[in-house]
Amino acid sequence: MSATQAKIFNEMMNGPDVRAAYANLETWYRSMPPELRNLKQSEAEALFRRVGITFAVYGEGGDPERLIPFDMFPRVMTAEEWRKLDKGIRQRAAALNAFLCDVYGRREIIRAGKIPEHLVTNNEAYEKAAIGFRPPGGVFSHIVGVDLVRTGPDEFYVLEDNCRTPSGVSYMLQNREIMMRMYPQLFMENRIAPVDGYASALKRTLASVAPKKCVSEPKIVILTPGQFNSAYYEHSFLADLMGVELVEGQDLFVEGDFVWMKTTEGPKKVDVIYRRIDDSFLDPLCFRPDSMLGVPGLMNVYRSGGVTICSAPGAGVADDKAIYTYVPEMIRFYLGEEPVLENVPTWQCAKEDDCKYVLENLDELVVKEVHGSGGYGMLVGPKADKSTIEAFAHKIRQNPDNYIAQPTLALSAVPTFVEEGIAPRHVDLRPYCLVGEKIELVPGGLTRVALTEGSLVVNSSQGGGVKDTWVLAE
Amino acid sequence: MLSRTADHLYWMARYLERAETTSRLLEVGARTALLPDPSGGYRNDWEAVLQAKGTLEEFKEKYGDTNQRNIETWLFFDSDNPASVLSCINAARENARVVRTALTSTVWDAINSAYQELKQLQRVERSKLMVTDLTEWTQRFCHLVRGCISATQLRNDGYAFMGIGTSIERADNTARLIDVKYYVLLPSLSYVGSGLDQSQWALLLQSMTAQRAFNWSYSGEITAQKIAHLLILNRKFPRSLLSSVQWTCDHLDDIAQNYANGTRAQQDAHQLFDDLSRATVDDIFDEGLHEFLQRFVARNAGLANTVQDVYLRGIPA
Repeated sequence: MSATQAKIFNEMMNGPDVRAAYANLETWYRSMPPELRNLKQSEAEALFRRVGITFAVYGEGGDPERLIPFDMFPRVMTAEEWRKLDKGIRQRAAALNAFLCDVYGRREIIRAGKIPEHLVTNNEAYEKAAIGFRPPGGVFSHIVGVDLVRTGPDEFYVLEDNCRTPSGVSYMLQNREIMMRMYPQLFMENRIAPVDGYASALKRTLASVAPKKCVSEPKIVILTPGQFNSAYYEHSFLADLMGVELVEGQDLFVEGDFVWMKTTEGPKKVDVIYRRIDDSFLDPLCFRPDSMLGVPGLMNVYRSGGVTICSAPGAGVADDKAIYTYVPEMIRFYLGEEPVLENVPTWQCAKEDDCKYVLENLDELVVKEVHGSGGYGMLVGPKADKSTIEAFAHKIRQNPDNYIAQPTLALSAVPTFVEEGIAPRHVDLRPYCLVGEKIELVPGGLTRVALTEGSLVVNSSQGGGVKDTWVLAE
Repeated sequence: MLSRTADHLYWMARYLERAETTSRLLEVGARTALLPDPSGGYRNDWEAVLQAKGTLEEFKEKYGDTNQRNIETWLFFDSDNPASVLSCINAARENARVVRTALTSTVWDAINSAYQELKQLQRVERSKLMVTDLTEWTQRFCHLVRGCISATQLRNDGYAFMGIGTSIERADNTARLIDVKYYVLLPSLSYVGSGLDQSQWALLLQSMTAQRAFNWSYSGEITAQKIAHLLILNRKFPRSLLSSVQWTCDHLDDIAQNYANGTRAQQDAHQLFDDLSRATVDDIFDEGLHEFLQRFVARNAGLANTVQDVYLRGIPA
């Protein structure tokens, strides 16, 4: 299964033949002279810069307003392929929410011995302040980002779940917008399922979890850490599409049983907060006293049902990499179904046997920190030199609980524009599943692409790019 | 509307207007430097220009010598000078960026493009940039943004707060521009009728693109009284103090009507307008032009504070 041995699946090809889903794109690409392509590429970049989609990476210096590279070659999924993903993602989102309700409630899954208690209660993301509280509709994670990779025509794996505040959905929407603007012809030739219902679906979802105390139309806001956050563009973009206010902590205050925002007409009550800040910054009275980002007293109002926070504080315990291995078990336990999507086989260094295996096979494995994200602090065994591997082995021995390992998957590749024409580059996929009264999922997601030849790291913070992702209509 | 959003819109408009004023001052200074000084050599009004912007001391600390190149850099490109064109445009764009969703894409585009252009300009060798190119660029940009606002923004409270930012800043800036030159407007026997006197007055008009406005509005010779009337009391002239205060009133009236709630900001603005519209040029010269302008600047600033207290801090009035 390792990338060095197995053949890499090129999503456009079936052996020597171009797959039907890509046939139009093949013609499109062949008929495009290099000059035109360069022109279109700079046009796309200008469009991105003009609308101001930029991406700031913490601690890297350089241009704080740099662009995520956009690759114009779309990635295509057939309706049939998507049907399976759609089913699997909804199933997973339902199970993850059931798990969250359970671990902050009766803890049946622990009592049934399906998940070790210490993995849950000793987890940093396990939020004491959420114990015994059931948020409206029993939903903790309202936006579940499921990161998927593909290794063959029918082989999809879930790489990780994102239950807190998965970002990137603005790229999904803008990539489509820009492709439609630049290549309308492609959209006439291919029947491509639209993604632009996402914003209204998100608004519906948020409104559906308004607290009981809210008797009129719920007032929804997005809470952002502010303009210096790397995803600020996305926060303002979503606020704009939904027609809701984008607020910072300083715009909100607690008085009586409710949360209010400061407006030019005086205080206005807020019912649902889609927060894009971490739990620990939400309320300085409850969490970090030094936080300037949050709203003092917010958690009290939340727990007394005066406001809904999306995602709910404590949702992070479900997307932890150590909990990840138990998601198939959750699906069986809560839903009584077999998982539609598989996990990537995972070794937990916390287990002695697993750890031994991992240390012996570091050169073939990908090792990740349990709480890490963004592609930081990970080891890609086959790409690392001896001294890096040795240094990493030392770190694992020091703190085995902090690491998990997975085989180096032969990630599928999609044609991508490069200097010489097109070449396959590795990709992953993040669809965004919405959970409220109903579960909704727009057909598509964000495809991230590792632009460097052979690279498996698709994170935008590490030079990855993005592509428009098509799901062909039935 | 969120108080913070309104605050950003208000400051965005103020910084835009301030950028324009700085470039106008730069224009006047550069132009004055081309006039012969009666006492020999060329005139040097740069110190007065810097004084008007309240930055003479900081400038001297950093550059020492008031030579023209240094001053151009200070007033246009220097980010250490909070009133430089660069600082103002950056601040305007920063304010706009935070509340992009309260702006039309046309307005954002105009501001963002100017910001990108300015970054290009910064990279050009200074000897290849004419000061007139810089000042014209700035004014064109400011007109463009205001035009985009006027043509595309919804007439809601956000529009009104941008309007208030513009009119309060403009009132302040016009008063300061006149104050740089107040001495040339003071009737003094030794100067009256001299060629120098005339060109100084013409320069003041020029700094506000008001030569034609002057000719259209007044007949006969240019006199100090007429200029003071145009710049302070003429409601037809869009940069006059009275016009600016009137706009502040109009926008505050709109907001009060929108919110069905009058405020003391509205009352203060109308009080200032009433006092100003009752004044005559003779009153102003009797009080002393400089003293009058100082008093006006202080009242206008007081009004700005009231607007902040009532609407922009999010504390109920």
